[in-house]
Amino acid sequence: MASLVLDPLAALGRAAIGACRATGAVGLFALEAVSHWVRPPFYGRLFWGAFVEIAWFSLPVVALTAVFTGMVLALQSYTGFARFNAQSAVASVVVISLTRELGPVLAALMVAGRIGAAFAAEIGTMRVTDQIDALTTLSTDPMKYLVAPRVLAATLALPLLVLVADVLGVMGGWLIATFKLGFVSAAYLKSTADFLQTMDVVSGLAKAGVFGFVIGLMGTWCGYTSRGGARGVGGATTLAVVASSILILALDYALTEAFFAQ
Amino acid sequence: MMHGALPKIRLRGLRKAFGAKKVLDGVDLDVPAGQGTVILGGSGSGKSVTIKCILGLVEPDAGEIEIDGRDVLRMPRRERQEMADRIGMLFQNGALFDSLPVWENVCFKLLAQNRITRAAARDRAAEVLEQVGLAASVGDLSPAELSGGMQKRVALARAVAARPEIVFFDEPTTGLDPIMGSVIDGLIADVVKRLGATALSITHDIASARRIADTAAMIHRGRIVWTGPAASLGQTGNAMVDQFARGEREGPIQMELRR
Repeated sequence: MASLVLDPLAALGRAAIGACRATGAVGLFALEAVSHWVRPPFYGRLFWGAFVEIAWFSLPVVALTAVFTGMVLALQSYTGFARFNAQSAVASVVVISLTRELGPVLAALMVAGRIGAAFAAEIGTMRVTDQIDALTTLSTDPMKYLVAPRVLAATLALPLLVLVADVLGVMGGWLIATFKLGFVSAAYLKSTADFLQTMDVVSGLAKAGVFGFVIGLMGTWCGYTSRGGARGVGGATTLAVVASSILILALDYALTEAFFAQ
Repeated sequence: MMHGALPKIRLRGLRKAFGAKKVLDGVDLDVPAGQGTVILGGSGSGKSVTIKCILGLVEPDAGEIEIDGRDVLRMPRRERQEMADRIGMLFQNGALFDSLPVWENVCFKLLAQNRITRAAARDRAAEVLEQVGLAASVGDLSPAELSGGMQKRVALARAVAARPEIVFFDEPTTGLDPIMGSVIDGLIADVVKRLGATALSITHDIASARRIADTAAMIHRGRIVWTGPAASLGQTGNAMVDQFARGEREGPIQMELRR
């Protein structure tokens, strides 16, 4: 009878301890990765390779996401605002939603799916095929060689992607507003510029930097700690995407509170 | 196994457990300088963990690891790194870096330590590739474009390119046909002799052990149970070693399905 009560409690306790342990492990991993950003030797070529992979090759998917999001946002907000004759607010809603929230969050989720998974799969495969051990035997710190450049590249690349997403998203909204909803082009753009504040863009870019760090960190951590062959690498890849996505959404709320709470 | 001269590597009471499973249970071993030593043992007997402990890839729970009379486990991190710089390793599956061409794999350590320019590294890679029987043009290929035997040769080239004092070989002939295995063994013996290095190999291939080693040690259940000349394998008089060398089902070694 006692076990009926104690077993679930014990399971809960084990889960809580496991969560604390994982959080601590990720925290230490992050600290070590960041510490290598300022300690030589630096692997500039590896950083640049990762940066190009993230910033340049993610551009199509992020651009498409931004354009369609801006289009849908204009359409939906127009439909909603028409109910109380506030269609003129469409431009402001589109630009503020995109720069503060949708640009950083959707770009980060896209990059998490693309880059987080790639990092986890590549480093995970290196782990299970002894390549990470080989690095150590070849006088190279795997944290410095594999992890630090990727995390730094993701942290710096995502704000650039979000800047592009902001512009393209507003352009998507403008396309729908002018060619479908009958807005005057110049008036729509003036309204967009009038409502946009520096803080809207800066907060979005700051969020993007944090999200980029999270994507790089979770991708590399999941790969680095993967075990058990192909199945382990598959699990690490899934975990990297899921954990990054959840953290992005949770951190988005926390950062919005920090930037805009009254 | 005791020798008058200071052994290159000296293990005493090395212990390691993963959870409840004891993998090393007090390994004592001397590896003489400038010779080839092989550790024999079945799967799961602790061969790989022994090497990983010496390399610093696995931290032992207890015991001593001395290289040139110096306790590696109690060295400051920097000195331990310097010690590791003097060691080369051939991994069982090669562990070549897929993202780099062969020549960069071969000279990875030299480039990582800034001991050589990239142009000089290409020349050095061609030189070492030739020593293991590969053409210089192989240097421009990706590891994925190579056969298993060629990958093993490249991995051997990478292990010795920085002219290490000590080289470890983890199952060097696993996955190769007997002829290619014999070729790799011959290359290992040649390269180690040319370097004047100390070689420590682990294998369960008796023919390979005879070809690449002067001294053999048998590990069973995490302990060294026999050491002697590699040439005597199969006729050692030790029931455990002879059973292993002949691959007999009956004998003191019982196959455990799960431990």
